[in-house]
Amino acid sequence: MNDFPRWKYALVVVVLLLGILYGVPNLFVQQPAVQVTANRGATVDQALKERVQGVLEKDKIAFQSVEVDNEHLLVRLPVGASDDQNKALEAMKADLGEQYVVAPNLASTVPSWMRAIGAREMPKGLDLQGGVHFLMEVDDKDVLDKQVQRYTDDIRGVLRDKNIRYQSVGRGPQGVVVQLRSAEDRDAATSAIQSKLPDLIVSTGATTGDSFTLNANLKPDKVREAALNTIRQNQATLSNRINALGVAEPLIQQQGETRIVVELPGVQDTAEAKRVLGAQATLEYHAVDQDGNAFDAMNSGNVPPDDKLYYMRNLDPSGRKIPILLKKKVIVSGDEMVDASSAPDPQTGTPGVSVHLNATGGRKMLDFTTQNVGKPMAVLYIERTPEVKIIDGKEVRSTKITEDVISSATIRGVFSTQFSTTGLSSSKEASDLALLLRSGSLAAPIDIVEERVIGPSLGADNIKKGVFAVLIGLGAVLVFMAFYYWLFGLIADVALFFNLVLLLAIMSAIGVTLTMPGIAGIVLTLGMAIDANVLICERIREEMRNGSTPLAAIRAGYDKAWATILDANVTHLLAALALMTLGSGAIRGFGVTLFIGILTSMFTSVTVTHAITNLIHSGRKKLKGLSLGSGYSNRAAA
Amino acid sequence: MELFNPNSNIDFLAGRKVSIAISVVLVLASLVLLATRGLNYALDFTGGVIVEATYQQPVQVDQVRDALEAAGIHNAQVQSVGGTRDVSIRLQPQADQKDVEAVGKSVMAALQKSRADAALKRHPDFVGSSVGAELKSSGIVAAVFVMIGIMIYIGIRFEKRFAIAAIASEIHDTILTLGFFSLTQMEFDLTVLAALLAVIGYSINDKVVVFDRVRELFRMTRKADTYEILNKAINQTLSRTIMTSLTTSLTMFALYFVGGPAVHGFGLTMLVGIVIGTLSSIFFANPILYWLGVSKTDLMPVTKENPELARRP
Repeated sequence: MNDFPRWKYALVVVVLLLGILYGVPNLFVQQPAVQVTANRGATVDQALKERVQGVLEKDKIAFQSVEVDNEHLLVRLPVGASDDQNKALEAMKADLGEQYVVAPNLASTVPSWMRAIGAREMPKGLDLQGGVHFLMEVDDKDVLDKQVQRYTDDIRGVLRDKNIRYQSVGRGPQGVVVQLRSAEDRDAATSAIQSKLPDLIVSTGATTGDSFTLNANLKPDKVREAALNTIRQNQATLSNRINALGVAEPLIQQQGETRIVVELPGVQDTAEAKRVLGAQATLEYHAVDQDGNAFDAMNSGNVPPDDKLYYMRNLDPSGRKIPILLKKKVIVSGDEMVDASSAPDPQTGTPGVSVHLNATGGRKMLDFTTQNVGKPMAVLYIERTPEVKIIDGKEVRSTKITEDVISSATIRGVFSTQFSTTGLSSSKEASDLALLLRSGSLAAPIDIVEERVIGPSLGADNIKKGVFAVLIGLGAVLVFMAFYYWLFGLIADVALFFNLVLLLAIMSAIGVTLTMPGIAGIVLTLGMAIDANVLICERIREEMRNGSTPLAAIRAGYDKAWATILDANVTHLLAALALMTLGSGAIRGFGVTLFIGILTSMFTSVTVTHAITNLIHSGRKKLKGLSLGSGYSNRAAA
Repeated sequence: MELFNPNSNIDFLAGRKVSIAISVVLVLASLVLLATRGLNYALDFTGGVIVEATYQQPVQVDQVRDALEAAGIHNAQVQSVGGTRDVSIRLQPQADQKDVEAVGKSVMAALQKSRADAALKRHPDFVGSSVGAELKSSGIVAAVFVMIGIMIYIGIRFEKRFAIAAIASEIHDTILTLGFFSLTQMEFDLTVLAALLAVIGYSINDKVVVFDRVRELFRMTRKADTYEILNKAINQTLSRTIMTSLTTSLTMFALYFVGGPAVHGFGLTMLVGIVIGTLSSIFFANPILYWLGVSKTDLMPVTKENPELARRP
């Protein structure tokens, strides 16, 4: 019986070996570790490594190794040493101070050659490792409000420029409503607004007496774009702040059109996390003091009376802070900015950021720039984080203020509401700066709409129970199949085991996060994957009862069962696909597992078992029966 | 060994009027239950704040409720969780409830006022009401999407009457499973929703296997009597139907008993769904197929007529 081609055997062997290779990393137990990341103004290097080693040796904390890569320093501790992890954390925090963020972590112990080929363990969801989960929602009504407010100011400006008299410009239910005095004015206003502000749809409204109405509404895709920008900029600010919080592997992900999921593994103090997430950012434009020497001021501490010493957010190439002296007087503040976007300089084509101020901000900017052409101006980014400290048993509320200069540029000409910062080195720098400017000025309020805390012990308990359920479920099916279908049951058992291995391998390789519903999906897959084998075995039995020879029965059994298996699995895949694409969070994780599980089961239940069956039975022409349960082992005699 | 006589010839369709009547009554009863009692939605769907408290000495739910009322916290849902000393208190979402910690503190203050041995068990969870509402609607969308997808596939691979029978049984299975949750008032959370959608997948799997056999028998048999063929198809696949529901149940029992509270609801839903789905494959889907009147001609593979042959006299 040679209806099973060689290449299929080879395929089975290769896939199974790959499955083992990519599945095995999940067996490596993670070890406790402490991760150090540099804050602004500090670097991770060999000196830091020696310093950390010194701290650990002084406190007699046994560690396995200290590794330094580009951005992080990782101290690996022996497996199971979670007490030492806390000790090391405290000791390193005390020694390294505010320059570094020290966070507990779990480090992979998968050999580096395996990681190099992408074989790694599955990341675990919060329900399996503990931590806090926030779902944050951007107030999109506020986003729209801000846009309408911006265009209201702009329309007033356009009408003033064109000398069109108007009764009023105000907010309408959908956008801006302009009241004019005559039909001619209205026509003039329509064409003026349309040419100057192409993002608006201008339509003629009702005419009552001597009042002629004009409606200017935002284009729907502009509103969506504004909301999307808000989400993106919030996501960026949140990741900056979370980095400051010192969380090893945070997840900040957009969900739907207006929400952001934030998951902080290992964090238990929601209050602190919420304070940091809820920090407020503002911007201020200041003049740069060119007379004073910033380096002198930094070293001596003598700052000119009208100035204040700040530092640039970016470090110089050797990793040192760059001081800068700014005049205390604020030129324009963030709430007077309406937009900032990265756009190449129209003259030179170099990356730049175009900034748009409102009318009041524009006037102030005009006053300032007329007198200061050729002088530098800087943007100061200020972040206020509320803090609560317990002093003498009492709660003391204070605000932590972080200020740094994100940009400093020379004023090239006189400008008011619209100007751009050019001379940036890359378009990435431009978009980063635009993002920062927006987050300091336009940040839409963002509310926490979901908050959950999973204790670390609950997570560990969940894993234990989940793995136990998988093993019990698998064991029960294995025993049942072997008992009912004898050798064919055992073959199906081998295939089922490999199905589990393959499923885990694929999930690990593509980086699916393992969650409790995911484990439920694995268990369900195990129960249902065997269905294909039941179909095949029942078919073979049927063929035998109808008088086929054992080998013909096997062939016909696989052939006929395949059509059924295909139809049944495709419909099942459809269901999994819907779960995967339409569900969110837990449902999605379950759907992904189910989807992969159905695909792997089609391979293992059919191709793998067929290969094994053929290997056992081929060449044995004188078979009297099959080991397929009692009554089938010696059909000829019966 | 056979669990079932392989040559069984049970007349399943004979009782079709009774079985369909039972199904219809159960569906109606489920709908009435859903309309009157509804589902006991978990925090995932309702939104609100959940505070879990633990007492050193056994406590009664009413006692907790009174303590909350006395402190001016109304409309709190109190449930005992696992034993007599742990309670979970669910508060409906309110506009001024942004600060979860504060809510937790005020609830605990109320409890401790009446019983000093009350303590907060874990940090309270909070879900906004809009999130829950969206989950519900996306769950319904997912279910509808699954059913339409399955209907189209079966319509193409089989025939439209099979598609109708399949969808009717899917709706039947889903409503009955929901009815079970309404009857028992067990908590309906996100994993239960996932399981409910998985039940649809399981159940369609089962129906397709029977339909496949129906199609095969129609094509094989020269004089095909629909009644006979449907019965034969059920009988021939009966052993497989029961075997698969057994293996799947085995794994779901494992999940239910040892998987822990997080997947308890999932395991239970699947178990209920497997029973309903298996029975409906036998007693609901096929009678409908019979009434819709499938016949041999509907299922014959379309053979191209040979134009050469047609031209000959």
